[in-house]
Amino acid sequence: MGLSKLNSLYREVILDHADHPHHKHTLAESTNTITLKNPTCGDVINLEIKLTPDDKIADIGFTGDGCTISQSSASMMTDAVMGKSKEEALKMAKTFSDMAIGKEHAQADLDELQDAAILSNIMQFPARIKCATLSWWALQRALLEETDETSEEES
Amino acid sequence: MAQKLSDSRTDFPILDQEVNDERLVYLDNAATAQKPNQVVDALVHFYQHDNANVHRGVHTLAERATEAYENARHKVQHFIHAQKPTEIVFTKGATDGLNLVASTYGEANVQAGDEIVISIMEHHSNLIPWQQLAIKKHATLKYIELTADGELDMVDAVAKITDKTKIVAVAHASNVMGTVTPVKQLAKLAHEHGAIFVGDGAQSVPHMPVDVTDLDVDFYAFSGHKMMGPTGIGVLYGKEDLLQAMPPYQYGGEMIGFVHRDDSTWAELPWKFEAGTQNIAGAIGLGAAVDYLTNIGMDQVQAHEQKLVDYLLPKMESMPGVTVYGPQDPAKHTGVIAFNLDNLHPHDVATALDMEGVAVRAGHHCAQPLMDYLGLVATARASLYLYNTQADADKLLTALQETKEFFNHGTVKAE
Repeated sequence: MGLSKLNSLYREVILDHADHPHHKHTLAESTNTITLKNPTCGDVINLEIKLTPDDKIADIGFTGDGCTISQSSASMMTDAVMGKSKEEALKMAKTFSDMAIGKEHAQADLDELQDAAILSNIMQFPARIKCATLSWWALQRALLEETDETSEEES
Repeated sequence: MAQKLSDSRTDFPILDQEVNDERLVYLDNAATAQKPNQVVDALVHFYQHDNANVHRGVHTLAERATEAYENARHKVQHFIHAQKPTEIVFTKGATDGLNLVASTYGEANVQAGDEIVISIMEHHSNLIPWQQLAIKKHATLKYIELTADGELDMVDAVAKITDKTKIVAVAHASNVMGTVTPVKQLAKLAHEHGAIFVGDGAQSVPHMPVDVTDLDVDFYAFSGHKMMGPTGIGVLYGKEDLLQAMPPYQYGGEMIGFVHRDDSTWAELPWKFEAGTQNIAGAIGLGAAVDYLTNIGMDQVQAHEQKLVDYLLPKMESMPGVTVYGPQDPAKHTGVIAFNLDNLHPHDVATALDMEGVAVRAGHHCAQPLMDYLGLVATARASLYLYNTQADADKLLTALQETKEFFNHGTVKAE
């Protein structure tokens, strides 16, 4: 088999996002921020969100360190939720978490995730699920204004 | 009868398998080693023929179990050249042994203003117990730094260890840098200042001859599972007079002399430190692992790994886009090889290598202060053992090359 199976994990779009991540910067002003760490590998994400008074994501940016999967996932996440309402973004985070562990979802929900839906193959690589979900966890917890630093998924 | 190392591979059926349709190349030995049939058989034999609780029983099985358990202690004693079996305490593993010393000897002997000296390359298990003891006692925790080559800086050690130092605790072999520390010299230095020396032998005992009497260490902790024994069993060596003076670690069954309403007395060494029913089968399995290593000879084990390092390390170092940490001279490097590929996170590397059947570790290796010191978030790590071969090294090299190509070109052609 060798590395050919890797093609399903590291699709070109994923490598593109990792090489040229979108919205990887800090925000001049933000309403919701969080730093989330994955203690098993040391990955860190700092996520900043600017919500409008009616709870729409006006701007979002992230900084931090991580592997190809975590960086591209964060990039695709920011693309997907930009301009969405808090409610919509939380629903997308739920869809993504479910998808990552192999739960079935309506195609319409997956379409909402845009590029991020491509990570549905992640469940074939159980050791890497946390890499993909870290930024979505950060999103969810920032929006819910939970500020604990450590990923709850830590084993 | 001495066993030839070259014949050992057949003793490890687990190695004879494919993962992801590729021949398994197991290079995660610093995390845990595979178990030979002899160790698995010893466990099965114990549970099928001799299982009983030790020390307390009067019946025949209890006698047999006790004899096998204490026999394992003797094997360990001779293996590390301790002077008495009473100096061998069975623990859950190296972490447990180090915590035992910190919370008994450390608790009784470290006062406010004292110093504890460790190194910056310690595994968390030989770091946090001392860090927390220092916080609790208002003592100072000091770190010996490294040379540019990644070796322990002995000039700094001389400067850091002072008359205020009560405990010096350093790993005999690093689980990241691939270096061996001059434990005998460190113990001498500690003693000159009236301090004790605690060695973390988790990465040394499985791979090289260790003589605790010659090293003159006061305590020395290691794990069974990294030397092909079962998980959940380990050893703490301690000098008899120190163990004698220390309070118990845990209270309960097996560790008592007499128990009265208002007071108790403790069992003799080493049982004072073995409260509750112990990991009897684990100790017996560890004894079998000691027999296995003794039959081959630790000199042979060390020479075999060194030969593989001599072959593998220069090839990794000369591979463009690969950074190897620790000494670049193979003669100074153990079979623990931490590395990174340029512009690639070690998790991506480890996933790619796994697709090629090569099992390596990726992460901070339970040494976050060392990662900070090196300015890294994480590394990949390949670690060798006696059953690894030159073919395994070649497979790693090929897989690294293919991993680099995959991520450089974005994809590979489907096979």
